[in-house]
Amino acid sequence: MKKPADEVQTFINLFELVEVFLWSVSTMANIIVLVKQVPDTNARIVLSGDRVDLSAVKKVMSPYDEFAVETALQHREASGGEVTAVTVGGAGADKVLKDAKAIGVDKIVRIDCDSSLDSNALQSILASVVSSLGAEVVYCGKSAADTGAGSTGPGLAERLGWASVSHTTSVAFGDQLSVVTPASGGNARVTVPLPAVISCDKGDIKVRKPNVKGIMQAKKAQVDVHAVDAPASTVSIVSHSMPPAKPAGKSYQGGEAAAEVAQLLRDEANVI
Amino acid sequence: MSETIVIAEIVKGVVHPTTSELITAAHALGSQPVVIVPCADAGVADAAAQFSGASKIIAAKSDVFSNYDAAGWAAALDAVTPAGIIVTSASPQSKDMAARLAARRGISVVQDVVKIEGGNLTSPIYSGKAMQTVSLSGDAVVTVRPNVFDASGNDGSGEVSVVDTTGNVATAVQEFMARASSRLDVAEANIIVSGGRGMGSPANFSHLEAIADTIGAAVGASRAAVDTWDDIPHSMQVGQTGKTVNPNLYIAVGISGAIQHLAGMRSSKYIVAINKDADAPIFQHADYGIVATWEEALPVLQSSLAAMMA
Repeated sequence: MKKPADEVQTFINLFELVEVFLWSVSTMANIIVLVKQVPDTNARIVLSGDRVDLSAVKKVMSPYDEFAVETALQHREASGGEVTAVTVGGAGADKVLKDAKAIGVDKIVRIDCDSSLDSNALQSILASVVSSLGAEVVYCGKSAADTGAGSTGPGLAERLGWASVSHTTSVAFGDQLSVVTPASGGNARVTVPLPAVISCDKGDIKVRKPNVKGIMQAKKAQVDVHAVDAPASTVSIVSHSMPPAKPAGKSYQGGEAAAEVAQLLRDEANVI
Repeated sequence: MSETIVIAEIVKGVVHPTTSELITAAHALGSQPVVIVPCADAGVADAAAQFSGASKIIAAKSDVFSNYDAAGWAAALDAVTPAGIIVTSASPQSKDMAARLAARRGISVVQDVVKIEGGNLTSPIYSGKAMQTVSLSGDAVVTVRPNVFDASGNDGSGEVSVVDTTGNVATAVQEFMARASSRLDVAEANIIVSGGRGMGSPANFSHLEAIADTIGAAVGASRAAVDTWDDIPHSMQVGQTGKTVNPNLYIAVGISGAIQHLAGMRSSKYIVAINKDADAPIFQHADYGIVATWEEALPVLQSSLAAMMA
């Protein structure tokens, strides 16, 4: 027969077990990573009429999104949970999801929309899908290699009412995140409460490459397609054009010319 | 015509001169702007009163503006900013704030504008390999690249009114880590001296640093240099997968001018190229091109600039 003290001890042990269980559930993270398909950054961009013609250009995952995927996978390894890669596009965009799957994400979701969206429309549909999937954290690249805008991360966070930090070069995981981001004159280490959207820069992060098993799994993986109604865009594309050609500059032979150039930088260009 | 509002560019706690370029851009969008200065100390806003072309200056005063937090800044600015087209700088921090502020209002953001004509806005896309022109059919937040629009002038005498504001700050700074070197970051500098693999070794970047120190410049690098040498950090990288820069002067040394490097610096106001290969693509973009080895050219450049600065 147990003494009352033992029963109390058993109860405490049970309580601790439950607490450990709840703790592990609470830190298992639902992680979303946003990925975008863009033209290969080495590709030459050509026009057809007054629109860019990307038909001959190879499409790749936007480079900064690779850092976001890597960070999302590291987060999963640190805390458990699941990583879902989300993209917006037509069926052609499935490839970028399969690429993410091959690297190691668990689920892949495409928001089916093949039309051009302004930032308000894009963020609205992302916010609704992120809400329906449920997540504690969203990672994305600091900007996409096509627009270079960098609006999606902070804009999505605002719509969800979440914290956001952009241009992070390092992320440490826990009940809160601890990230490194540029600040005037150097960097700042910043504590970020969850839920949050983190826009990733390159930093010192090395991205993992897909292995054979990952590539095989990606081939078989099902894309979860979400249909959405996007709000009307208030920013419309009028035209695309080539950058204005620069007038030919002055050219010199030999290092001694640097003295003349230095003088012209002051007298002609007024920049020194 | 829509009402326009300029949100002043704040760097290290003071109003940055590029704010004056934002006023010019706001005029191009249709009207004389209200200028809002985010500040913890209202005295900071006095510096904006000198700029020509502002209808009035509002010092938006809040402790929120002591450190940058995207959520807090967007909320505190939203509370004091009238409806209209909001213009701010395309610096990394202001682009981030602009995106949150636009989302907060349920409007769109147009980033990195370099031209405004007939109500249409043009921005570089594909890192400057092409341009995109858009039209607006509603209010928006517009960020404008520095060093593109003319300054509005300095004969303003705008009255400054102080309005208190606040917002919920989401993040907390644990510590600031100053850069080991006191040199500027490429993203902040008006002049950049960059080296490529043509510099031969990372140790030779000391010659670029000497010139940078002489003229108050930042030191940058090409991707080839960053990828080849561990001693050249990614933070120095200029180009498509590094930083996009827009300085008054960009000096490219031993950089051939790969398409992805050009993408990050081609909109610099003046470009000087020093390369021993006369066929290097960088020369097609240079205002001043010197065909020479860096060993020949840099000592001459260094001593000429030093004499000038003395």
